[in-house]
Amino acid sequence: MPRPPSPSIPEKEFVYSSLKQALRLDGRQPLEMRTPKLTFGAELGWVECALGKTRVLAQVDGKMVKPPPERPLEGMITIHSEISPMASSEYEPGRSSDEEVTLTRMLDKVIRRSDAVDKESLCVLAGQRVWHLRLTIHCLADAGNLLDCACLAGIVAIKHFRRPEVEVVGDEVTVHDPSERAPIPLSMHHSPYCFTFAYFPDTSTQPVLDPSHLEQRLSAGLLSIALNAQRELCVVQKAGGVPLSPDEILKIIDIAVVRAKELDRLVENSLKEDWKGRKVEVR
Amino acid sequence: MAVVQTNGRRQFAIVAVFRGDNEEVAFFSETITKKISVGRQKKHRRLQYGQWKPRHNCLTILTRPQGSRIEILNEGGYRSDGRKQYELRDIVIDLSSRGSADGSASVKHGLTEVVVEVFGPREAKVRSQTMHDKALINVEVSILPFSTGERRKRSRGDKRILELASTIKSTFEPVVQTSLYPRSEIDVFVHVLQQDGGLLHSSINATTLALISAGIPLADFVCAMTGGVHSSSPMLDLTTLEENDIPHITVAVLPRTKKVTLVTMETRLHVDRFGEIFQLACDAGQVLHTEMRKAIEGRTKKLVNSMGLGPRLTFPGVEFDDRDVRMEE
Repeated sequence: MPRPPSPSIPEKEFVYSSLKQALRLDGRQPLEMRTPKLTFGAELGWVECALGKTRVLAQVDGKMVKPPPERPLEGMITIHSEISPMASSEYEPGRSSDEEVTLTRMLDKVIRRSDAVDKESLCVLAGQRVWHLRLTIHCLADAGNLLDCACLAGIVAIKHFRRPEVEVVGDEVTVHDPSERAPIPLSMHHSPYCFTFAYFPDTSTQPVLDPSHLEQRLSAGLLSIALNAQRELCVVQKAGGVPLSPDEILKIIDIAVVRAKELDRLVENSLKEDWKGRKVEVR
Repeated sequence: MAVVQTNGRRQFAIVAVFRGDNEEVAFFSETITKKISVGRQKKHRRLQYGQWKPRHNCLTILTRPQGSRIEILNEGGYRSDGRKQYELRDIVIDLSSRGSADGSASVKHGLTEVVVEVFGPREAKVRSQTMHDKALINVEVSILPFSTGERRKRSRGDKRILELASTIKSTFEPVVQTSLYPRSEIDVFVHVLQQDGGLLHSSINATTLALISAGIPLADFVCAMTGGVHSSSPMLDLTTLEENDIPHITVAVLPRTKKVTLVTMETRLHVDRFGEIFQLACDAGQVLHTEMRKAIEGRTKKLVNSMGLGPRLTFPGVEFDDRDVRMEE
């Protein structure tokens, strides 16, 4: 497996020294995110999320299945994510790299384990019929911070998705076509957002939020925090990297709290705007 | 035969439950056999975090069948296995060598048991992954199918196991002085023999000890601990039952600098609660450090003594220089 070429020494030193003066190559403040751009497709639950040049496509679809006997009252959610060489030449097809394990597990924790979607509301007929949601994440381009972008795309896709209305009479289940009755949104407990901070070997350098590709390559440790606008942490992940004092970590979490509120507002606004231009309901 | 106290308000003794007439009795007997093994471990010194208080001299079991919620903390302030909030489970550390490993350690936190073997630094097997300026750390985790209550075989490609391995690897990468061994590789094999909560922290503690016993230079110990919070009362060192029910975090600290290398949390928790258990878990890491240090010191002393006590071999015609330590033939 050929390892990707590391940045040249002058490049590395330049980035380190500018970061030390709180300057980033793309002109952002250290704790500033690239503004996410959300593009919605023609179908419900089809979202393309772009953070700068990082692009991720998320798509949700649902079908009815028989639930497993151990959980007869809950719907199912499966997440498919794969980093293909399409995202960046660093990724290889077929082998699951460390990045892919991190991405898959993080998506699982942020979207599934944090109970973002009310699974019981996906139950149609106990033990007989439940909704099975499939969230597919396609990483189109990796220009740094693929993780946050994928988490955001996944959550927005789930918020955007609407399932067909179902009527149950006795044991008979009728699925109404979207042209007949308006599809209904999924019931959600909360919407977590992921924020990644990059730390650098020189401890006097401030951490940066939403690292670009080069910053991520040169960083000496990442701290990912997923939380919702209600100040509830869902995932905190700092595996290795530069050791930090407990106070530093708590301070960074406070920053993430503020960012989560901003991002939540942005997501809600763009969903509302998309909904205005959409003709789904026929009355 | 066992005298058992329930953890609720109803207190009664169950004597000789090993009949197995129906499901509930079978469940009791299973729980009791488990808890009796906890009782046996009482022979070892109990590690106490915070204030020590005298306890009931009996076993505590859950009386409700599986599936329903258990009482995490009862009115008396005791947990489902009879511990107080800030009390850690017994820690048993065994540093004796296993097989051909360069260093190995077995760590038991209560019923969780992990064995770690370290090989290396040795020549890297995979040429393409060798680094010209530092050693490669390679971590493999195997979870034995009988380690949990429910027998289950996990495939090698299981994402959860891969994540555990990569977490351990990235925790130790900045701590191990890899730059001393360019072009080489350090292999760490983690075997999980029993699981009862705190898998990640036990694996990290065992890996630290195994690396030390292999003589690999580390910047510091890495001491990990799990903390959780039940409504508003924080607690330490959770068992599986508690882990399934309450939000928890795992923190690994470097005790000398008091800095944190690893924080993971997977369940929903309010920001205000996080700070509290985070600090608590950091403090518990310091307590663990004294315990781990003691184990290392004890083992080293034993080794030095036995080397000094060994008989000096003399052969006609062969002269030995005057050294204290001599390897066996």
